[in-house]
Amino acid sequence: MKELVCIVCPKGCRLHVDDENGFTVTGNSCPRGAEYGKNEIQNPTRVLTSTVRLSGGAYRRCPVKTEKAVPKGKLLDIMKELNHVEVASPVSIGQVVLTNAAGTGVNVVVTKSL
Amino acid sequence: MYDLIVVGGGPAGLAAANSAWQKGLKNILIVERDKELGGILNQCIHNGFGLHRFKEELTGPEYAARFIEMLKDTGVSVLLDTMVLEINDRHEVHVISAQNGYQVLQAKSIVLSMGCRERTRGAIGIPGERPAGVFTAGSAQRYLNLEGYMVGKRVVILGSGDIGLIMARRMTLEGAQVLACVELMPYSGGLMRNIVQCLQDWNIPLYLSHTITDIRAENGRVSHVTVHKLDENRQPIPGTNLEFDCDTVLLSVGLIPENELTRAAGIEMDPRTNGAVVYENMETSVPGIFACGNVVHVHDLVDYVSAESERAGAAAAEFVLKGQREGKALELKNGADVSYTVPQKIRADDVGKAADVFFRVRRVFKNSVIEVHDGEKLLASFKREHMAPGEMEHILLPRKILDSAQGGQITISAREA
Repeated sequence: MKELVCIVCPKGCRLHVDDENGFTVTGNSCPRGAEYGKNEIQNPTRVLTSTVRLSGGAYRRCPVKTEKAVPKGKLLDIMKELNHVEVASPVSIGQVVLTNAAGTGVNVVVTKSL
Repeated sequence: MYDLIVVGGGPAGLAAANSAWQKGLKNILIVERDKELGGILNQCIHNGFGLHRFKEELTGPEYAARFIEMLKDTGVSVLLDTMVLEINDRHEVHVISAQNGYQVLQAKSIVLSMGCRERTRGAIGIPGERPAGVFTAGSAQRYLNLEGYMVGKRVVILGSGDIGLIMARRMTLEGAQVLACVELMPYSGGLMRNIVQCLQDWNIPLYLSHTITDIRAENGRVSHVTVHKLDENRQPIPGTNLEFDCDTVLLSVGLIPENELTRAAGIEMDPRTNGAVVYENMETSVPGIFACGNVVHVHDLVDYVSAESERAGAAAAEFVLKGQREGKALELKNGADVSYTVPQKIRADDVGKAADVFFRVRRVFKNSVIEVHDGEKLLASFKREHMAPGEMEHILLPRKILDSAQGGQITISAREA
């Protein structure tokens, strides 16, 4: 039995996930909580947001994010890859700056037109 | 002569200007001191914005872009790099910029949307030396996310407000070691989801009922921080000290609405919120001057700032096109375990079906009820499964309840069910 706090909404339900019996979730107040509990124990994922180097723009950094949630264990690997990414102004929202980040199959895209 | 001048082009000002345009005002100006619109959202590169508003998780810059795009379809004018120095009850707005010098602009209505700023080390009086390396979390966020400077390598965070939590994760991702997040109160000031995603995901310990009792320096830079556990009177308990070798202290110890302009204009202030006293339509004590967003009270979610500011913008349009609301005002008082209410006054005659009321509770509640009283008489009650000071509460007060209040004031309170 694993315990965790649901982060789907601000309520913060304390979930119990039975990892020995089909990942049954108790303590949730809504179906979204049950789904979060199941995923969080088996394959926790997060959207990664960071910045990459920008030349010729109003600022020195351009904000980016992974297009979709990626496995938690891959976050620092993607950060390492982003250290080598540099873009030049102009860039626009949604523009891909890194494909298949750390082998996740997920792209990293620009979040601000600069 | 402008129909409306909006002071500040962050999320509140953008939403207010858009909404006033939709409601029929044509000659609208936003005055912004920065070189671009969007306000603090520009440095909030993390996601989680817009879940209510757009039903998707956006980053700060993406959320701002949605509103800036909307503005492009309107005739709203924008003055960037321009500082407002003074406003007054004649609806004059004194502005200054390198480009246009000093100007006095005249408006039929004004929306105040200046936002808030962070409490600093001076405001909370942390003992110890005064070296470099002590930042407010928001300043560090700007350095890191916009300017591209890493502010430190070994970090202790004081306060568990949302910006501090977000920066704990951000600094960790960029390779810093965040040694601890230290919170004075027995509960966190931030959203639970941020405690999980920003601290627990990265094994950063959260010390509740603790505070920094000493900051030491070497060569002018932070080198060491001492933290103590606090007793129930918030006094350090001898012998409970934790010692951290670090080069950086980030402060996330609260936000203060930025109201110098408001005070100087003689607008009535509320000491509980540090913002203007507002009516149901976000109008201040000076007719035709409205206020919205974090300059009125500090919000947790930008989605709610947008909604509140749209009401303010619509109300400015109503003021210009139809004239001043004349209804008799009912006062809202905070009762047990409620720290403030916004609005503070409601003109029931001018409320359509219901009035929105926002407030914060003073402590953490499990199963509980929010009660609305007229003297001893209970007018309405609302059930809640969970409430916390870090999470703004909202109730919708139906017109007929407002009409049933006899005493000229109603009280909002919270208690266990």
